Order: sequence, then C-alpha cells, then structure tokens
Amino acid sequence: MHRACTGETRASGARGAGERKCCAVCVDNEKSHVSSGGLKTSAEKDDSPGAQNLRTIIHETDTSLDLVKKSLCVLVQHGTCVFSSGRKGPGSPTEYQTCSNWILRILRYPRYIYAAKTLYGDTGELIIEELLQRGHMTLSSTVKTVADRLTQNMEEGHSMDYGEVSNTFSKLVETHFLQRCPPPPRAGTKDSSTPATPATPATPATPASTAVPTPESFPDCYKIPHVTLAGRGKRQLSAEDGEDQRNAKKPKLDSQTHGDEGIYWQVNFERFHLHFRDQAIVTAVANKLDQTSSEIVRTMLRMSEVTTSPTAACTKPLSANEIFRSLPGSYNISRPILDQYLTLLVDDPMEFVGKAGESGGGMYVVNLHKALANLARATIESVVQERFGSRSARIFRLLLRKRHLEQKQVEDFAMVPAKEAKDMLYTLLSQNLVQLQEVPKTPDYAPSRTFYLYTVNQLPTARMLLQNCYKTVANLIERRLFETKESKRLLEKSQRIEAILASLQAGGAEPEQLTEVEEMITTTEKQQLEALRLHINKLDSAENQVDETIFLLESYVISTATSTS
Amino acid sequence: MTTTTDALLLVQFSNGAPSTFTVMAGKGRGVAAFTFNIEALGIGRGSMPEARVGPSPLFPNTDFKPIPLKAGEDEDYMLALKQEMRGTMQRLPHNIKPHKSKSEVERYAERYLKQRRVTDEEWTPDWNLLPKELMPQKKKLRVKTVTKKKTVKISSKDTKDVLNKLDELAKTEDGNPEKSDDETEKEKKPRGEDEEEVEAEEYEEEDIEEDNDYIESYFDNGEDFAADSDENMDGEATY
Repeated sequence: MHRACTGETRASGARGAGERKCCAVCVDNEKSHVSSGGLKTSAEKDDSPGAQNLRTIIHETDTSLDLVKKSLCVLVQHGTCVFSSGRKGPGSPTEYQTCSNWILRILRYPRYIYAAKTLYGDTGELIIEELLQRGHMTLSSTVKTVADRLTQNMEEGHSMDYGEVSNTFSKLVETHFLQRCPPPPRAGTKDSSTPATPATPATPATPASTAVPTPESFPDCYKIPHVTLAGRGKRQLSAEDGEDQRNAKKPKLDSQTHGDEGIYWQVNFERFHLHFRDQAIVTAVANKLDQTSSEIVRTMLRMSEVTTSPTAACTKPLSANEIFRSLPGSYNISRPILDQYLTLLVDDPMEFVGKAGESGGGMYVVNLHKALANLARATIESVVQERFGSRSARIFRLLLRKRHLEQKQVEDFAMVPAKEAKDMLYTLLSQNLVQLQEVPKTPDYAPSRTFYLYTVNQLPTARMLLQNCYKTVANLIERRLFETKESKRLLEKSQRIEAILASLQAGGAEPEQLTEVEEMITTTEKQQLEALRLHINKLDSAENQVDETIFLLESYVISTATSTS
Repeated sequence: MTTTTDALLLVQFSNGAPSTFTVMAGKGRGVAAFTFNIEALGIGRGSMPEARVGPSPLFPNTDFKPIPLKAGEDEDYMLALKQEMRGTMQRLPHNIKPHKSKSEVERYAERYLKQRRVTDEEWTPDWNLLPKELMPQKKKLRVKTVTKKKTVKISSKDTKDVLNKLDELAKTEDGNPEKSDDETEKEKKPRGEDEEEVEAEEYEEEDIEEDNDYIESYFDNGEDFAADSDENMDGEATY
C-alpha cells in the first residue's frame, strides 16, 4: 500500500489513472492480452461517452478483425463491455463502451462467492461461482452444471437433485442476489422502422440509448420463468471414457428445451454490496461495543432489509417493541437490557444507531450513511497512523475534530514538540492528507497579516486514497505476473513432472519409477517453488484485502453522492 | 506584493523530499529580503530542508513497517477461491490465448498439456444478445475459397476456350485491324511519357527544395552577419 502511494489525486468526475490502469490489468489477468488491448484503447480514449465502434477499435489495437470480434464477444458476455447503437442517429455503427465498474468487480469475485457460501451453502457458492465465471447463464444450464459439479464431489452412488439446486437458485433470486440480464438494445435499423419517438420528430438525433438501462428498470427482473427440469447431476467420468460420453451427450442436451431459453441471469453486485455494508456495520459495532449490541444492530438491519431502499441514508424507524419481538430467542436479552443497549448505541460517538422518535417505546434507525462515513474516517485515520506514526495520526484526528487550526494551535493541542509537529504537519500537507487554507486580514495576502489554517477534507482525502488503492492493486497484479514470469521455467518443469507422475500412476508404474521421476526436481528447486508459492499467496491475499478497503471507500463516496442529490 | 506569499507557497514538498526553496522577495536582489521575520513562521536557520536531487526512488523506504496481512479461515478460503477462479477462468472457452509462435519441434511437455486441453469446451454465444457485426463470418470465407478454386480451374482448363473466343473476336473486327492497333499504341505512348514526365518533375522539385535547404542552412552569404552587426551597433549606440 505504502509503496504505491505516489500522489494520484485526480478523482473529480473523470476516472483516475490508477483506476483505469487497474481495469486494464484486471482484464489482462482474467482474460487475455488481446481483449485487454481493446479495452485499453477504448478506456484510454475516454472522451465524453467513451464509446467506440468496431472499425476504430480494430484500427487502434492493430489486431485482426476476427480476434477483435472474439474478444468483444467475451467482454460483452462478462458484462465488462456494453454496446449501443444509433447514438449518432439511426443507422450509425454500433458502439462499444467499457464498464470500469464491472471490471473492478472482478477483484471482489472471491468475496461474492464466499458470501454466497455463508448464506446459501455449497450450492449457492457454486451457483454464484459459475455465473461469475461465465458472465451470464440460463437457469437450466446453471442448475445442470452446478448439480454435476456437486455430484462430482459426492461419494460414489450419491447425486444431487436438480430440484434442490433450482430451489437455491430461486431463493437467490427472491433475495435479489441474482437478476435477469437486461434485454439487449435493439439494432439501429429496427429503431428507425418502428416509430419509437413520434412525439419529437424535430429532434431525431436525440441520443436514445446513451444511458445504459439498469436491470432493475425491467419489470421481470426478479421473475423466475417456468422451467421443466428433472433429473440428477451426472458424474463426469475420467479420462477417455469421459470424452466419448461427452460427445455422445452433447447433442442430446442441446435438443432438450427447458422453457427458459434466452432468459439469462447475472449476479446482482449491488445487492451483495448492501450485504457487505450491513456486515461491515455489524462487525464495527461488535468491535466497538460488544457482541450483544452487534446482534441488536444485525436484527435491526435484517428487519429493514426489505423496506429500505438501497440508497436510503438510514433505515425505516423501528420501535423498540418491534426490535424486541424480532430478536432471536437464543440471545436471551430481556426488555430493560435491550433499552439500555439501545440508549448506549444512540449515545455512541460513531452514531451507528439514531433515535427517530419516542413513540412505541422509542423509535430507532440505523444511520447507514453516517456509519459509512465514520468507517471511512476510521480507515483514513488508520492509514495515517500506519504510514506516519501515531503522533501524526493524533494531529490528523485533532484537525478532523477541530476543523481549522493554526500551526501554533496544532502544536499546543496535540502536545507534540513544536519542531516535530511542524515536520509532521508539513509531511501530511505534502501528501495531500491535510490542506492549507489562507485567511488574509488585508487583501494583499501579506504572510505576516494572514492566518494559515490547516484542515482535513474527508471526502477528497477518501477519493485520493481510493485511487491509491486501485493503483496498489494494479501494482500487486503486476508484481504477481512478474514473479510468475521470472520462474516460468521452474513452474513449467514442475507442471510437467506432475503430468508425468499422473500418467505413470494411471499406467500402474512401480513406486521406484515414481520416486525417480519425483527426484527430477532438486531440493533447491523445491525451495524456490515453495518461496514462489508463499510470495504469490501473499500478493493474492493482499489483493483481496485491499479490495475490502476499496469497498468501504467506494461505498462512502457513492453514499455522499446520493445523499446530496 | 503578492510575490512574498508566493515565496511562502513555494514551500511545497513533493513526495516527502522537499524541493528547493526559492526566495522571490518583493524588492528583488539580496538575501535577507523578506518583508517579514521568517522566524515568525517557525523556519529557523537549521531547519531548512535540503535540496532535492534526482527523481524519487521507485521503492522508497518507509518509516513504518506495514502491518501484516490478516490471516484466518475466511482469508485463506478467499485466497483459495481467488486462485481457483483464476485457474478455471483460464480454462474456460472465454479465455483467448495469446498467439504463440509455433515451435518447430514438438516439445515433450506439450503432449501432456494437450491431454488437459481436451476438456476445453466450445463456446457458442447467444447471438441474440450480441450485435450482428460480431458474428464470425464463416460463410463468406467459404465462398471465397470456392471462388478461388474456380479461378484456378478456369486458368488451367478453359484457357483454350478463351483463346478461341479471342480469335473469333479478332476475326469479326478484321475490317479495321491496323487502325485499332495504331489507336491503342497512340493512346499508350503519351500516357507513358506523361507519367515519366510527372515523375521527373517531382524529382526536380525535390532536388530544388533540397538544394535550397542546403544553401540556407550551410552557405552563409554574409547578410545575416551584417544585420546582426547593425543591431549590435544600434545597441552600442543606445548605451
């Protein structure tokens, strides 16, 4: 994190360079060089709509037509790229546009899958995993693949029923974790033939489809089609038999229809984000106060899950009575204790819970946006603390609390020796974590007659850190690619030996032979491989954990955007 | 008067290491030209940062060691998920492999790797969801190959037929064979000459331009010097 923090402060409106780079690297990572090349150009162009047509992409990337087409197909399939037609009037070429949000979500895939596992078990995990890996799928094909995979992991003689899997699938849809893909935009020629905008003939060039329609704007978004699915997961047989079977099975599967062809499903990231947000609040309460209060907040959040809109600043008011009734019996919280906890939560400076009224034994809300802001502030504070030490963090917190302070006041309040305080303050200033505000007494800005006030602006600082995080992730990925490239030969060798071992074992070789092959990797090479594995694990873990920070800062920035508008 | 504040604002540090501190005092020249006491700002004699030399290092030393990564069951599982995901994503048909230059010798390892690739499945996207222009144009390719074959056949088989036809055509136009030949020759000749001339002209133009450039850049006719000296003279005169 620290190494990557070399000033990346552009965040206003336009996407920062760090973010863009991160996008490119992400796609590079998951798919291929070719598609990332295409993406880079369409991202780097980044003029107002950032859209490009096929011809320009081919020209810019300097790759063959077929390859560009194929990579565009892949990008569209995974939702990392959208296309629209007729922006410049009917008949104009189809334009492609990258969705940086979707690309950055790739980082969070493990977290989505893990969340699905905790909520809906292995079946949910596999459903989400398959959908993420393939971009979008139909219900029937998802159920089939998942059932097959589950059967694969079961004991001999057992198999997974399709019905069970599709039950989990519908549960995921009911809780809005999955949604239908929006229907594709119609081609420009069709639009012109059907008089879509007869009321405004004077302005035919109005961009009809520049705004990408959200999936939620379609009424059938969470409606499950009627699917006829019966049967059980099939066990994939190993080696050559499997191949034959597969070939024999394929046409049979294709000929079957399940009544949901053309209805594709995708993962609803926003819903997952709400879940993550709620979890973050609950764990924060648990860390700040105790387990019991966190359970109370969890109950409140669960109660208002359905009634509160995703962008609301706080949940709908809940009376203490209602909360008491909804508390799971296993907690053993009596009514007076609940009241005490609620007052405690309201009095807490983090302001996770607020009081909205007195009726019904007191009305309480969870301040979602305030909680996010406070969590983001805590994150920024800890970044300052870990990078510049606890005394700098003290100055930083002081500025956050007192808003504007002169240098002398900082030195006094923070109780840090003047010279050190100055040093720290200037370092923070140079890193853009602290801002300087001039207040001249006279219009000539003479330094002797001007107040120099230091202040901290939380939102711009959060934005800056967010960009740094993106850059960090990009650096982590680059480093991982570098590490694997460096020891490519070694990796290939170990892979080869594993393959040989596997084939020997299958052929029923003698143990002496096996050990002989195993010894082809020397001990130093083994050590190197082990070190490499450690490094890569560390880099991958770091990627996951930086993404948690990214999530928090992103949600905070988004929440400020929605609460002001 | 604003220059003094500028001087203050120039105490900008970039990336930890401070840049040089330039003094731009209001009335110019001299060292101690601040209109105020610098000590009041807390900048003492010894506390001035050193001048910065060169770009900041690629991996700068950090004052504080980063805290270790979180470790636990959740983290381990997510790590495993991430790595597994990467593996499967690369095996899915969506992954476009970078174009490899085929090695001349088939390596021993490739035989084993091939066995794995067998599991690759074909990916046929739903074309209803994608723009029509992205459809691979297989049909057209086939048509092209077919036409190519045809032309080859024609060239080999039907050359005689074509020659016969040409002969027939020549016979029908026997009425004025010389004239047509002459005309064609006449038409041909001037065209060729024109082209040659045009080319020659182009060459000439280029030559001239280059010559001019050469003269201007290399040959000094002394006029410039005279003008310079005139100016110098004027300059001296004013002093």
